[in-house]
Amino acid sequence: MSILEVKNLSVSFKQYTAGLKQTNHKVISSLNVTLEAGEILAVVGASGSGKSLLAHAILGILPSNASVSGVITFEGEELTSARQKAVRGKEIALVPQSVNFLDPLMHVGSQVRTSVKKGDAVKAQRAVFERLHLRQEVEQMYPFQLSGGMARRTLLSTAMVSGVKVIIADEPTPGLDPVVIKEALDQFREFANQGCAVMLITHDIESALQIADKIAVFYAGTTVEIAKVEDFLGQSEAIRHPYSKALWRALPQNDFIPIPGSQPHPSALPTGCLFAPRCEMATPECWEAQPDIRNLRDGMVRCIHAT
Amino acid sequence: MRKWIDRKLVLFILWKGLRMATLLVAICFISFLLVKNSPIDPIQAYIGADMLKVGPEQRAKIAEYWGVDQPIMVQFMHWGSAVLSGDLGTSMIYRRPVIDVIGERFLNSLALMLSAWVVSGVIGFVMGVVAAMKKGTWVDRIIKWYCFTLASTPTFWMGLLILIVFAVWLQWFPVGMGVPAGVLAEDVTLMDRIQHLILPALTLSIVGVANVALHTRQKMIDVLASDYVLFARARGEQGFMLFWRHGLRNVALPAITLQFAAFSELFGGAVLAEQVFSYPGLGQATVDAGLRGDVPLLLGIVIFTTMFVFVGNLLADISYRVLDPRTREGRKA
Repeated sequence: MSILEVKNLSVSFKQYTAGLKQTNHKVISSLNVTLEAGEILAVVGASGSGKSLLAHAILGILPSNASVSGVITFEGEELTSARQKAVRGKEIALVPQSVNFLDPLMHVGSQVRTSVKKGDAVKAQRAVFERLHLRQEVEQMYPFQLSGGMARRTLLSTAMVSGVKVIIADEPTPGLDPVVIKEALDQFREFANQGCAVMLITHDIESALQIADKIAVFYAGTTVEIAKVEDFLGQSEAIRHPYSKALWRALPQNDFIPIPGSQPHPSALPTGCLFAPRCEMATPECWEAQPDIRNLRDGMVRCIHAT
Repeated sequence: MRKWIDRKLVLFILWKGLRMATLLVAICFISFLLVKNSPIDPIQAYIGADMLKVGPEQRAKIAEYWGVDQPIMVQFMHWGSAVLSGDLGTSMIYRRPVIDVIGERFLNSLALMLSAWVVSGVIGFVMGVVAAMKKGTWVDRIIKWYCFTLASTPTFWMGLLILIVFAVWLQWFPVGMGVPAGVLAEDVTLMDRIQHLILPALTLSIVGVANVALHTRQKMIDVLASDYVLFARARGEQGFMLFWRHGLRNVALPAITLQFAAFSELFGGAVLAEQVFSYPGLGQATVDAGLRGDVPLLLGIVIFTTMFVFVGNLLADISYRVLDPRTREGRKA
């Protein structure tokens, strides 16, 4: 049974344009993701593809002008907003993106300790700091005194000490040196091996490929492919969706060919397949309706041509 | 590290001292010029009702004795050097040294302003925080409505209203003055003084609350919309715990600074409230000095209030330096 399942999630924002005229911006549409216990799922995609919003939607911390539809289940039960409140920080933890997510007027050590739900908070915080190579005096520092890498490790610590079942890490690696990246990724691996699950939101595909079990590829607010990580290693034949293929080909160690064009803005989405305008394989059918996500070769894909 | 910070603090205070000195010189000069060019005739103000009995020769004699006939710069230097040696002159209406009048009046005003300052600060802060935490609910709307109404209410009008309700209709408090009439000075008790203080202090507090509450509310809304509060919520914190851990410290900092910087407004409000309640404070003395042409007292008060407001702003600056770790600790990393 999957520990966390997101089915047909849509997120839209109410916005006032020109006076009192209200428009609904749909930024995530029919998004599907499942997270199994004991595995690391990497969510990859360009910025603006709705990766961070997915994390916030799962935790129920979207701003008040956002409306959400679709079903999120956690451990088989629907994650209602009341349940979201109950599981935040206890069952599901977030590793946010930047130092701005730390209280500027509080010692970082105390901030990590507030995440500890049971046991000796000070001991847990010191242990995790040591593992992540943070000196002990760091706990007495304020966020503004941290370097970028120290801030990221502090943010990581808050999730590590919390004893949760699911960690959602939003871009945890940029700005870290390779040793610490490896340490962080090893921590995620170990965490998953204990029977928990990690959702690793990133645009660093290379790190994702090293550590993840499954890859979910996002494009313009929806999932275009969910595949085992092996499909992305080696040659690209096993990759199902043309966008994922293009991403793979854009990697430096592969063909290093960038994808022409850019991701559509949420307010100007094409009517058919969202990737059709940039797709080499696009046929007139692709422009008619957005394809549903379907099972294919032990993975999932949202493309009518995929084989 | 410590030593280095201490040196920085000393430099800071020296720099502020220099700024205060230059400010005072400028204020003295400008107000002296203003008074000189105003229609106030110091001799007429001095003689008052006995004008008919004083002939032009006698007036010229007084002018000569006072040095009023000399060039303006010479007069300014005279007055300035006297001020520097601590002599602010003698008040014409009270017939006492200006410094004594200010000292006595200021003590009365201080009691009034301090109580209003504390009450409006605390209540305003709490109201602002509650409104922001309950943003969009009826609690927020009531607080906002109250604040907007009061923010647009003139102090003297609020004073009159309170006077009518509490002193005239309900007769809970005396109508005015600082002490009961017809009682010997040595028989006046502390209770008497407090009773006379309550209504003007209430007026000042009620009006002051609006500003503090609206500022705090806005700041708190900013704090609640911040990433660190979002992250705290993602870790399961909510309600009072969230406010206690992250809201309070982040909103208290600007609130304290603002509160010190509000000294000037406080004084402005006190002038009006004291006038309405005939409360013998510095504000009332200012109005009297202005209306009755008491030049030495007026100039003395100008110097004194400049210092008062400057000290308020200085305390605001210092409070930020002491309380905010970002300016206190500098960059260690």
